[in-house]
Amino acid sequence: MTAAAADPVPAKNGPTVRTTGVAKRIDVADLNIYYGAFLAVKDVTMRIQPNKVTALIGSSGCGKSTFLRSLNRMHELIPGASVEGSVLLDGRDIYSPSMDPVSVRRQIGMVFQSPNPFPTMSVYDNTAAGLKLNSKRMKRDQMDAIVEKALRGAHLWDEVKDRLDKPGSGLSGGQQQRLCIARATAVEPDVLLMDEPCSALDPIATLAIEDLIEELKQKFTIVIVTHNMQQAARASDITGFFNIGQSGDPGILIELDETDKIFSNPAHKETEDYVSGRFG
Amino acid sequence: MNPDPLIPFPEVGEADNLPESGPTDNRIPTWGPWVVVAGTAAVLGGLLALTAFNLALLIFGTVIISIFGIYLWARLIEGRRQAFDRAVTLGVTSLFALAMIPLVSLLYTVVSKGLSRIDAEFFTSSMRNVIGEGGGILHAAIGTFIITGLATLASVPVGIMAAVYLHEYGKGKLKRALTFFVDVMTGIPSIVAGLFAFALFAIFFGPGIRMGVMGSVALCVLMIPIVVRSTEEMLRIVPDGLREASYALGVSKWRTVAKVVLPTAMAGIVTGVMLAVARIIGETAPLLITTGAFSSVNLNPFSGRMDNLPVFTYNQYKNPGVPPEPYIDRAWAAALVLIAIVMVLFLVARFISRRYGTELRR
Ligand SMILES: Nc1ncnc2c1ncn2[C@@H]1O[C@H](COP(=O)(O)OP(=O)(O)OP(=O)(O)O)[C@@H](O)[C@H]1O
Ligand SMILES: [Mg+2]
Repeated sequence: MTAAAADPVPAKNGPTVRTTGVAKRIDVADLNIYYGAFLAVKDVTMRIQPNKVTALIGSSGCGKSTFLRSLNRMHELIPGASVEGSVLLDGRDIYSPSMDPVSVRRQIGMVFQSPNPFPTMSVYDNTAAGLKLNSKRMKRDQMDAIVEKALRGAHLWDEVKDRLDKPGSGLSGGQQQRLCIARATAVEPDVLLMDEPCSALDPIATLAIEDLIEELKQKFTIVIVTHNMQQAARASDITGFFNIGQSGDPGILIELDETDKIFSNPAHKETEDYVSGRFG
Repeated sequence: MNPDPLIPFPEVGEADNLPESGPTDNRIPTWGPWVVVAGTAAVLGGLLALTAFNLALLIFGTVIISIFGIYLWARLIEGRRQAFDRAVTLGVTSLFALAMIPLVSLLYTVVSKGLSRIDAEFFTSSMRNVIGEGGGILHAAIGTFIITGLATLASVPVGIMAAVYLHEYGKGKLKRALTFFVDVMTGIPSIVAGLFAFALFAIFFGPGIRMGVMGSVALCVLMIPIVVRSTEEMLRIVPDGLREASYALGVSKWRTVAKVVLPTAMAGIVTGVMLAVARIIGETAPLLITTGAFSSVNLNPFSGRMDNLPVFTYNQYKNPGVPPEPYIDRAWAAALVLIAIVMVLFLVARFISRRYGTELRR
């Protein structure tokens, strides 16, 4: 637990959970990501800036999800998966041997493509899951405050405040996804990773989540994978474009730049083809 | 449904010109097949009664002839496809009914022979000092609950933890080897489990030892693999997304297993345990050689023989006194009680999986 010891506020000390996440910078250097012997993503070097929304775009299968999951050490949960290179969270390598993957994930939260609330838990317990599953002891009203804040932050409070004790899986798909965002933000991570969070949602719910992302970046560093060009253009500050040669080749980061620049005047022909829709 | 919106439905008038598979008004009424079967049975029964009546021939003949009958009838007024459909439906239904015959007749036999002794005395007295009429299963029922209860208490934690290991932690060769052994263990003949327990205890207590707990050990050998299998099956249907969601919140692996995976699978696991209990509660062979028979209540599984329902049933039937009727009646009544217990276990299992197990089955 060397990592936890270096945490700004030690998690052990009873009720003093970190109440404010600090948006952090991520520096990725020469990252190669493998599934067994298969090199899925090759040689990525990029900086993800704090308090900015970084969008990752690129055709299907080019390794966006794989890359995203390597940023909070979720990738290594897949049998045989491995990573080479370094990922620095505010200068500290999350892949250094002394780093505990559990504490990395506590600082870098994740929202998945399909909403996955815990079916055995109520809306309330789902929102507080990060605290409850880790057996954080705290007073009921303190927990209530955190839950309300997270649900308000996810624009879900008004819809669920009368059914906090009902199962989380009883909500609509869009509500479930916002519940998952609330769950991820309730533990106040420093970075929030989102893998196509809107792909199962209707346009209105999508816009609601984009607004939410805009607000969340005040507090978090956000990385979002999306297939939706408009979404990347609307919601992000920085855009990274991944591409793949032929199938079987590894995915590579073609370019990373201000979103405006990527969509108006990209440096690479491939990027231009992709964002203008002249590509696979 | 009209699959292609560009091709319009046929006009009303056109329907008459459609080939025979098209919609028609000529349908055999819903009571049609029943009438065919009943009619065939009546006629055939009459014919057989004139010569030599034979029930098996009647049933068999009725099925065959009515399948042809319904086919011909439907062929004449509904068309070929429907006729074939009706023949197959009748065939499958008859086979189903055939498969039900042994089950129904078994239930009927047990109930009709066992019911005579289902009285208060049967449940409140043991066989202590009983010769001939009277007596009951109190001692055997208590024995069954103690023996099965101990076996369940030991098997459930071991089985669940083994399944958690196999599904959540194990990998590679070791996992494959263990899975193989669990599979082999599921197929162990129950008498072998009994001999194993017997031999095990003989090492420490000498041959000829009989104790309730020996029966529990034998039942454990049978029950653990069943619990492992069913629990593994339940862990398998817990979506990986839930595990990932938990990990992504910075929750450690064992907390994820204990607080997300197991609770999510709990209804299924409990159902599996109920079914496993139902499966072993009637085991006779291993108990015959480990617990022995005894006519009084014995509450201590660690000392002396302990009677139980299967062994009681066996002994009443196998070694009746004179006259044998009271013994035989007790055997049937005890068998009826066993069946009732198993039935209750199944119903509870069904209820639990219906009531609490819905989230994963969507
Ligand atoms: N669990 C896995 N095991 C082996 N290979 C995998 C696994 N998951 C993904 N891959 C491979 O890694 C490559 C990148 O996949 P990834 O899921 O990261 O793509 P993606 O960019 O997220 O695609 P999409 O836009 O369709 O989600 C693909 O070639 C894929 O086949
Ligand atoms: Mg993906």
